[in-house]
Amino acid sequence: MLGISYTYWGLAAVIVGFVVVLMLLPIPLSYNVRSVRARWTSAIVAVLGIAGTVGVFVAMLSLARGFKATLVSSGSPDNAIIMRAGATSELTGGVDLNSVNIIQDAPGIARGDKGPLITPEIVIVAPIPLISTGTDANVQIRGVSDNVLAIRRQIKIVEGRMFTPGLAEIVVGKNANKSYSGLTVGNTIGLGSVKWKIVGIFDAGGSAFDSEVWADRHLLGPAYNRGENFFQSVTVHLESPDSLVQLRDALSKDPRLNVDVTREVDYYTKQSGRLTTLITVLGGLVAAVMAIGAVFGALNTMYSAVAERGREIGTMRALGFSGVAVIFSFVVEALLISFVGGALGCIAVLPVNGITTGAMNLQTFSHVAFAFMITPDLLARGIVFALVMGVVGGLLPAVRAASVPVSSALRSM
Amino acid sequence: MIRVDGQGSSNSLIQVRGLNKTYRRGGENIQVLQGLNLDVDKGDFVAFMGPSGSGKTTLLNLLGGLDVPTSGTISVDGDEITHMSSSKLTQWRARHVGFVFQMYNLIPVLTAYQNVELPLLLTKLSSADRRKHVETALSVVGLADRMHHYPRQLSGGQEQRVTIARAIVSDPTFLLCDEPTGDLDRKSATEIMLLIEQLVEKHGKTVLMVTHDPVVAARAHITLHLEKGVLVEGSAERLAAMAGGAA
Amino acid sequence: MKFARLILANLFRKKVRLILTIGSFAVALFLFTFLAVVKSAFSRGEEIAGADRLVVINRTGLIQVLPLSYDDKIAAIPGVKAVTHNHWFGGVYQDERNFFPQFAIDIENHRKVMTEFKVPDDQWNNFVKDQQGAVVGALLAKRFGWKTGDRIPLKNALYGATKTWEFNIDGIYHNEKPGGDESQFWLQWKYFDENVPPVMKSTAGWYVVKLNSADDAVNVAKAIDEKFANSSNETKTETESAFAAGFAKQLGNIEFLILTIGGVVFFTLLLVTGNTMAISVRERTGELAVLKAIGFSDRAVLFFVLAESLLIALIGGALGLGFAILAIPVVGAALNGLLPPLLLSVSLLALGLVFALLVGAASGLLPGLGAMRLRVVDALRRV
Repeated sequence: MLGISYTYWGLAAVIVGFVVVLMLLPIPLSYNVRSVRARWTSAIVAVLGIAGTVGVFVAMLSLARGFKATLVSSGSPDNAIIMRAGATSELTGGVDLNSVNIIQDAPGIARGDKGPLITPEIVIVAPIPLISTGTDANVQIRGVSDNVLAIRRQIKIVEGRMFTPGLAEIVVGKNANKSYSGLTVGNTIGLGSVKWKIVGIFDAGGSAFDSEVWADRHLLGPAYNRGENFFQSVTVHLESPDSLVQLRDALSKDPRLNVDVTREVDYYTKQSGRLTTLITVLGGLVAAVMAIGAVFGALNTMYSAVAERGREIGTMRALGFSGVAVIFSFVVEALLISFVGGALGCIAVLPVNGITTGAMNLQTFSHVAFAFMITPDLLARGIVFALVMGVVGGLLPAVRAASVPVSSALRSM
Repeated sequence: MIRVDGQGSSNSLIQVRGLNKTYRRGGENIQVLQGLNLDVDKGDFVAFMGPSGSGKTTLLNLLGGLDVPTSGTISVDGDEITHMSSSKLTQWRARHVGFVFQMYNLIPVLTAYQNVELPLLLTKLSSADRRKHVETALSVVGLADRMHHYPRQLSGGQEQRVTIARAIVSDPTFLLCDEPTGDLDRKSATEIMLLIEQLVEKHGKTVLMVTHDPVVAARAHITLHLEKGVLVEGSAERLAAMAGGAA
Repeated sequence: MKFARLILANLFRKKVRLILTIGSFAVALFLFTFLAVVKSAFSRGEEIAGADRLVVINRTGLIQVLPLSYDDKIAAIPGVKAVTHNHWFGGVYQDERNFFPQFAIDIENHRKVMTEFKVPDDQWNNFVKDQQGAVVGALLAKRFGWKTGDRIPLKNALYGATKTWEFNIDGIYHNEKPGGDESQFWLQWKYFDENVPPVMKSTAGWYVVKLNSADDAVNVAKAIDEKFANSSNETKTETESAFAAGFAKQLGNIEFLILTIGGVVFFTLLLVTGNTMAISVRERTGELAVLKAIGFSDRAVLFFVLAESLLIALIGGALGLGFAILAIPVVGAALNGLLPPLLLSVSLLALGLVFALLVGAASGLLPGLGAMRLRVVDALRRV
């Protein structure tokens, strides 16, 4: 709504509500502050418990965010990838030169000053050691055409320069540079039968391309004993996102071709299907269980707090403060504690931002590195989570405290 | 024969000589008991009185083996307890002392029966033997019909009666009561005092009791006042004056 | 146990608190078990891999093939007991989501090298005679309800135009190693070789070598790689467990992630239960003092407190483990073959229980010591 995510609206609502409640609070806030100080060990327990849970919660969300950006959100809606019909991944796709020549004249493809914006590409998986473990990861090496940057527009060179066509030079994605050893500008590595010099690092916005190594396809194929006239895929830049239909119709009607045309973003979404399921099922379960555990802990702490203050509460009510006032007071206290805990958890987890980890995408058989992506709205979500735990943990005990008959409350302990 | 001059015979049940107890409070040494003497015989019923802070609870704690004196000796039934180790003292207490405190006596999650049974769990008696003792103790205090009630289902007076049952269930050498009626209304207090009297007269128990209430103290055989760290016998005038003040 | 009643009665002092604490333990133990099971699944390949087997792949990459002629050359190397070759088939059964590994195997040598896979002889003989035959793992058969005699179509787009290959299930294999893989689909390499494009004929995806002795592993691996060095298809040979480990390591810092989550859980649990025990003991100072007065030793009181916290840990832990036993098969089904089977071993359950008891003891220790050191005179003076 209004371009601002619901999380921020939620947080704003909570803060406004909080301030209103504070202003209307019959029992002064100083009572809560003093109570917390008097029982500081219990308060610290609650704060740390919530901090730990929020920290893990935000970390896992940011891992999922980074993963999604990489695997699911790769590619752009105005590019299309063309492969042999029935191919489930680029590795198994196959398009020959004749087909490329037919494709490049098809309608719907954008044109640059040098001709149609299409890049036939070959894809190889090569073993390069991971920096973290020293063992090999299967890294995706892409043989691209000269005009690839005009087609994949979201990719920018951030260090060094693009490779010179015709030379044994390569550029590496920023995650590849961080995850695999030896991929720094100026270094040389062997791929296939050729030694390649790394001349640049590119930023692909956290997408799958960030884990790849790019070379001139004219040289990459022969380095792996492959002919020059056979490609794994052809990626084209569309005139507009809607041109996909036009292109697809034209190519399917052509009897000389047997290809599938997929929007680039859709292709990558499908690619990560299995890994997404794996991480969603596992991660989701862990998060759910931790949330339940956190609520138990919060409830337990707050119930104990109420139990210890039985006589105080009785006194306050005997003095004339209503049950509602008592409930408010407790919930406010719980929110204070959970807010501090949530903030602490968020601060503690910040250093994790940007750390790369990786997974092997079993569908493409290649290693994909992705980074923890902590964004402000994730932090906000963490705080909201903490506050929810505070309310849930504080409400029930508070209601209980307010409903004990005053006389027995005064007699307790 | 109850004496406070240290001249009692050696076959007194409880014999205290030259008892001193000093506390360190706020950087100062405060000597609460100074050379206190006491002789108590079997079957005696003694009340201790004194202004607050005079050390009567301290005396009771020392007599009950809950604390050790700075110097002096305490002998109970021939055992010298002042130099016993902490664990030996614990065992001695279980065998020789029955405690009746002002509050916290009963464990709220246990029934009257189970509360009275507690001291017996420290012995090697079988479950059946324990049952016999518990039932006896509860009928002495007149609560046999409530043995499966929880403390919250009993009145204040009944709770104290259960406490007394627990205090006598293992047939200790003597009973120590610290303000046993402190928390009770006049009627329940009378109930309890009648019961304690009965224990002394009918069952021959030895009872040492601390109280601030002269009416309660009057039921004992003798009232001893704790003044300046030693015990002095109460005179009739003094008792009357205090009774007058309390009226 | 005559003190049982006292200990149990104290537990039920505040029912809500008891339920919450038991609940915390249950949650923590469930998480612990779940994480341990997942971690074990990730490292399963490594665990069950043979130390007396080597995997030989093309040095330039896993998906590059090796010439079939290497077979005899490898067999001739001293220390090698038997050699077999495999090809990745990569077909699709009905839906792309029904993933399972399919291998074109060398029927002459497969059994000599992959000795843990057991197929009844009559089934194997049928398979050998049937060019379109297939042998499937017991778990795989169970998953799709396959029986011997079934005809299974697999759609394959990897080798030339998309084609549907059909196979007859002639046999079902079992793995004699506990937790071992029973989800593979084997077809005959001859049938495969006849039906692939020329560029793929007479090739092996990779070789598996059985050694005379595991001690020879390093030497034989070196010998194999030296033999084919400087050829157009250089090899990379390593033990099966190292190979599997390499795969596992590409799955990222799973272990680190799991340890971290586990650590946070342990710490939080300890904190909350320790605090709860402390509060529960604080409430009872007067009672504990009276217990001591009437003759219960300091150690007895410590024992009571510890017994309470251990009992809570035991009950909560058992509940959590119980939930895990129920839930893990469900999660395994949801994963649908993405990971090796999620196995819950008895030793893992025992470990979980020990962990729970440790936390219980730790959380009861400080309050228990406090109760132990409580001086009767001080406690009663609080009146």
